[in-house]
Amino acid sequence: MLSITGIRKTFNPGTVNEVRALQGVDLEVEESSFVVVLGMNGSGKSTLLNAVAGTFLVDSGSLHLAGHDITKWPEHKRAALIGRVFQNPFSGTAPNMSIAENFAMAARRGRSRGLGWALNQNLITSLRDRVATLRMGLEDRLDNAIGSLSGGQRQALTLLMASWLKPSLLLLDEHTAALDPKSADQVIALSDEVIQQDNLTTLMVTHSMQQAVNLGDRIIMMHRGRVLHDFRGAEKQRLRPEDLLDCFEEIRRREQLDESAAGMLDALYV
Amino acid sequence: MTLLLGAFTIGLILALLALGVFVSFRIFDMPDITTDGSITLGAAIAAVMLVNGINPLVATAAGALGGAIAGTITGILHTKFKINSLLAGILVMTALYSVNLHVMGRSNVPLLQAETLASESAAVGAAVIGADNFHVLGWRVGAADAAVLLFSLSFAALIGWGLFWFFRTNVGTAMRATGDNPQMIRALGANVELNLIFGLALANGLVALSGALLAQYQGFADAQMGIGMVVWGLASVIIGEALVGSRGLGLTIIGAIMGSVLFRLLVAVALRWGLNPNDLKLVTALFVFAALVLPRVLGNLRKTKASTA
Repeated sequence: MLSITGIRKTFNPGTVNEVRALQGVDLEVEESSFVVVLGMNGSGKSTLLNAVAGTFLVDSGSLHLAGHDITKWPEHKRAALIGRVFQNPFSGTAPNMSIAENFAMAARRGRSRGLGWALNQNLITSLRDRVATLRMGLEDRLDNAIGSLSGGQRQALTLLMASWLKPSLLLLDEHTAALDPKSADQVIALSDEVIQQDNLTTLMVTHSMQQAVNLGDRIIMMHRGRVLHDFRGAEKQRLRPEDLLDCFEEIRRREQLDESAAGMLDALYV
Repeated sequence: MTLLLGAFTIGLILALLALGVFVSFRIFDMPDITTDGSITLGAAIAAVMLVNGINPLVATAAGALGGAIAGTITGILHTKFKINSLLAGILVMTALYSVNLHVMGRSNVPLLQAETLASESAAVGAAVIGADNFHVLGWRVGAADAAVLLFSLSFAALIGWGLFWFFRTNVGTAMRATGDNPQMIRALGANVELNLIFGLALANGLVALSGALLAQYQGFADAQMGIGMVVWGLASVIIGEALVGSRGLGLTIIGAIMGSVLFRLLVAVALRWGLNPNDLKLVTALFVFAALVLPRVLGNLRKTKASTA
């Protein structure tokens, strides 16, 4: 379904700000699998999602999705295959446009947009039914500007928009990190429901061990721009949050060892 | 009365300028100084073609097309060459000054003898009414003036309706989202750069159309006529928003047209009351400054009042 082969990305190459964000990532994601991506800050997990979404082109390696080589595709072309929910609740919706208009745009994701009316009765009827399932009372406010809604409501709507046309791949980039705990739980429950219902192939970045353990059928843990661990199948089902914390602790210790070893070599030879 | 009709007519012609600025400034969130050059370009192209006896409709359309090309260039400078949007506009505006002089061949082209949309609609008006003058509520009105006013009104209404229609289609909705949240509409598969280029072409096409009509109404095109016009357009848009609010696409479009007419009337009255014409641009700039800053200042005042109360 999605195959990532040896992708590398360095930001600001050759300057003091050089960041080697991805250093050869290989990943095969089967159809309908739900992969949770974990990692510490700066491990490259969001960069990985952005590389798949096409926010930038990778320096080397290749990306294939649903039978297409998308390595050189610009972001807006990849959007035909990919639905996205961002970390920032403000990113996924147009604030000064109505809920209905936002969905009208989502209903044309990756398709040609002609001179037909954006809002037609069919869309509004099915939209009202779908939004009613959120039980947020938004079905009566379809003409309201999305900017007047709360972050949790906006993320829930963005999630519905991203999955309105069943995407080949759904990317969730820490999409509950900016929400209060209650809204975050709601959005996570909704995500799980949407993904199960349509059997969506999903990559989800999160910082929450609990989410990682509860959701999905596979966990990959990234470190320094590489995939460090890959838990799947029965192993993934057995994982507890403590096991994941142990993994992070191990990474931290190895990191310290590296540093003190480097310091020792430094002191001895320089 | 003639003065009032004249102010209305110019207000309606400049409503197209206001709509152009509305498209670039409000819909695409990009104040576009190309406007100052493209309004003159539209006037220059139309004037030169009219002097050479070309059909006024063709000449007007050609003027609008010239503006659309200028807007396209600004859009390409901004999106493809990553030049700051203001600077891209300034570059094209500066270049257009020379282009306009080349188009006209000199700094001023009079249209006294040429057949224009203004002279044609005046002739039609006189023929329909069958007299040079008629009376409305006791006022004596020139048939030609009334016909030109009616023509300008229908032109502004037609363009306003066209924009209202376009921005509610699938393409148009995506265009509005381009200004509102480019990241979002890109993730939904729209080519943001192409949308922006198109938007600037549309905006400057409208501005140049306004210039072409203005030249025909006032009877000349002049290399200096574009100076400060983007601010003029902004003033109209802002007045429009004060009149009708900024909710709803249709209202804001009608507001921009009304704002343009009202602003022109205010200017006519101010000039009549002895405002030095040399101060006009200064007053316009101060007005836009106040309109941009006042809402925030008032908001702050209200907040401090609330906190001390």
